[in-house]
Amino acid sequence: MSADPTPGASGSTAATGPVAPPRTPAASIHNIGYRKYDGERLGRGYAMRSLFVQSLRGAYGLGRSAKSKVLPMVLFGVVLAPSLIMVAIAVATDAKELPAEYTAYPLIMLPLIGLYVAAMAPQSVSRDLRFRTTPLYFSRPIERTDYVIAKYSAMSVALLIFVGTPMLVMYVGGLLAKLGFVDQTKGFALGLVMALVFSVLHAGIGLLVAAVTPRRGFGVAAIIGVLTIPYFATTIMQFIVYDEGSREAVSWLGLASPGTLMDGFQSKFLDGSTDFPGSIVPSNTAGICYLLVIAAVIAGSYLLLNARYRKAGL
Amino acid sequence: MTVIATESLSKRYPRVTALDRLNLGIAPGVTGLVGANGAGKSTLIKILLGLAPATEGSASVLGMDVRVDGARIRERVGYMPEHDCLPPDVSATEFVVHMARMSGLPPTAARERTADTLRHVGLYEERYRPIGGYSTGMKQRVKLAQALVHDPDLVFLDEPTNGLDPVGRDDMLGLIRRVHTDFGISVLVTSHLLGELERTCDHVVIIDGGKLLRSSSTADFTQATATLAVEVTDYAETPATAGSNETPANAEQPANAEHTANAEHTANAEAHEHTANSEQPARLDGAAALREALTAAGLRVAAPGSGEQTLPGAGHLVMVDAADESTYDIVRDTVVELGLGLVRMEQRRHRIAEVFQDDPQSATDPAATDSATTDPATTDPAATEPTAGPTAAGRLTESGGRDDTEGGGSHVR
Ligand SMILES: Nc1ncnc2c1ncn2[C@@H]1O[C@H](COP(=O)(O)OP(=O)(O)OP(=O)(O)O)[C@@H](O)[C@H]1O
Ligand SMILES: [Mg+2]
Repeated sequence: MSADPTPGASGSTAATGPVAPPRTPAASIHNIGYRKYDGERLGRGYAMRSLFVQSLRGAYGLGRSAKSKVLPMVLFGVVLAPSLIMVAIAVATDAKELPAEYTAYPLIMLPLIGLYVAAMAPQSVSRDLRFRTTPLYFSRPIERTDYVIAKYSAMSVALLIFVGTPMLVMYVGGLLAKLGFVDQTKGFALGLVMALVFSVLHAGIGLLVAAVTPRRGFGVAAIIGVLTIPYFATTIMQFIVYDEGSREAVSWLGLASPGTLMDGFQSKFLDGSTDFPGSIVPSNTAGICYLLVIAAVIAGSYLLLNARYRKAGL
Repeated sequence: MTVIATESLSKRYPRVTALDRLNLGIAPGVTGLVGANGAGKSTLIKILLGLAPATEGSASVLGMDVRVDGARIRERVGYMPEHDCLPPDVSATEFVVHMARMSGLPPTAARERTADTLRHVGLYEERYRPIGGYSTGMKQRVKLAQALVHDPDLVFLDEPTNGLDPVGRDDMLGLIRRVHTDFGISVLVTSHLLGELERTCDHVVIIDGGKLLRSSSTADFTQATATLAVEVTDYAETPATAGSNETPANAEQPANAEHTANAEHTANAEAHEHTANSEQPARLDGAAALREALTAAGLRVAAPGSGEQTLPGAGHLVMVDAADESTYDIVRDTVVELGLGLVRMEQRRHRIAEVFQDDPQSATDPAATDSATTDPATTDPAATEPTAGPTAAGRLTESGGRDDTEGGGSHVR
């Protein structure tokens, strides 16, 4: 099975009659020596890493058209701006601390982050489904789970950069404004934990919704819906039950939306304060439930994504 | 050496049997896998790629077991799907580079091989433009390029001529031939058109309802008598539009069931009845009209029920004995007189249908998988004349029908 560049090979179609279509000139031009490839084949792990890098870059429009860079870059600028302003204020006014806690930053920016997830998760997974590119991936060394892992981790890291960078700005600014190294480092570290959990949770929800709504535009709307509607509904319910005096119910209700879930989580475990009515912090039992629900949503998204691609097949 | 071997390979879905105890032994070279819609071609490829488990039986590709070595097989084979699979907003170069890396090629090699491969399939300046603006022919070339970019040992091409006009089809078939002769890559190419694979393949495997019908080499069949295959449009005064009387590629299960049922009762069914299933009833049968006129003009024309005309999806070709050069002129003039559109006219050294016109036993013999089953001596030089008795297609559907009753209905719902 060696390369055998036979010039007459295209003659296999030469048995055509007089009115047969003329051979295109291109047919003879592309008859140039074929080179076999006997270099390295780096296999499954490398392919998975390549997919991860490509998806991560894609989440910021890198390696894609100029047009697809606009939205992620604008959103990134907007999510970064408040942190720069906070730092500027802190430096200018000789403040004792930053205007906002690190862990609160993703919650303040919740609508904006929701927009980013809604814009980027569909472009990461829906395109492959919509244009039926997935069979090309699965006919290569990677397995379906590899595809899901690469896409999921790329989206999580993209989000981590999205919410973690403003925290980094705050941290550097906090140090410059001499707000205390220990305080700032501790706050920043807790902020990063928040950013990580927040990113993995939201990436999972975003990708799952995008993967089941591959039609153009639908994924965006569906993600915005899933992230915001339960959040507002939950918040309203929390205020209603709070007014009726059942303080305990407030934190249980918080389990019902991704936003309030993260709020309760950071107030309970990361020294934050909540936006819950009366700034209620979940009890120990409720706190454990917060952890369980977060873990369940992450694991569930991953498993359902796998199931989705098992079906998507060839 | 065999590149693909299957043993009693079956795939049953809840409602259909897609593959039914298939035994195959495919040697290096270009192999055509022919079958009507729903015959199980794509299902076989899916199993060979290690992506769908077989219900029963075993299969190996390049000597590796599909059940345990899926990832290693996929590193060494290429796959071109039958459907669209290209994102419109990236260029061919970007896309193929990415796919090369997904096959495990390091970044530099991925870029170099992409440039080479795109050139080999005949894409030049346009490869930097977004794929969305490509013609169907160019898209098929990109699909082929992504299957070849990692220099596999074997490629699966699922209906690569789908949607192409006659010129594009010939170019694609020539390219496929070169994939083996120049690139040294073995090819398994599927089609529902038996006729188009005859010049491309070394070997043809026909399946129907998931069962192996025949497996034969095409090498020995070089016939002295030249045959002229003429394909015309059905509508009078219709321009010869691309593939207008090709059997619709997307005709789904119902059409297929109907086709089988029809032919079962009338083994020597008129050629046009085959295509009439899926076409408007008002359509004039161009092939029949031409056949009549050519016979009147004194040419020897194969009967409509004979040969490849009744094979699955062969379309309505008119097969004429090309006695001398004047035959071409007569045919052309006749087509013009009838006001038909000439889709193509080409000389055939042999007709693949003849390969399947003898040896009725082996038609249902699962052991008939080696290339030696065909006996050149039985090739009748007069095969272009009306043939008596059951034709290849008659048997093709007959055996399908018989198996249906025996096996409790294989693929017909
Ligand atoms: N995932 C599935 N679930 C149920 N039935 C299926 C599935 N995939 C294929 N089939 C059935 O299996 C049979 C064989 O299908 P397959 O796609 O292999 O045919 P094919 O020869 O490739 O046909 P075509 O020419 O239309 O591409 C068909 O009857 C089809 O309906
Ligand atoms: Mg198919």
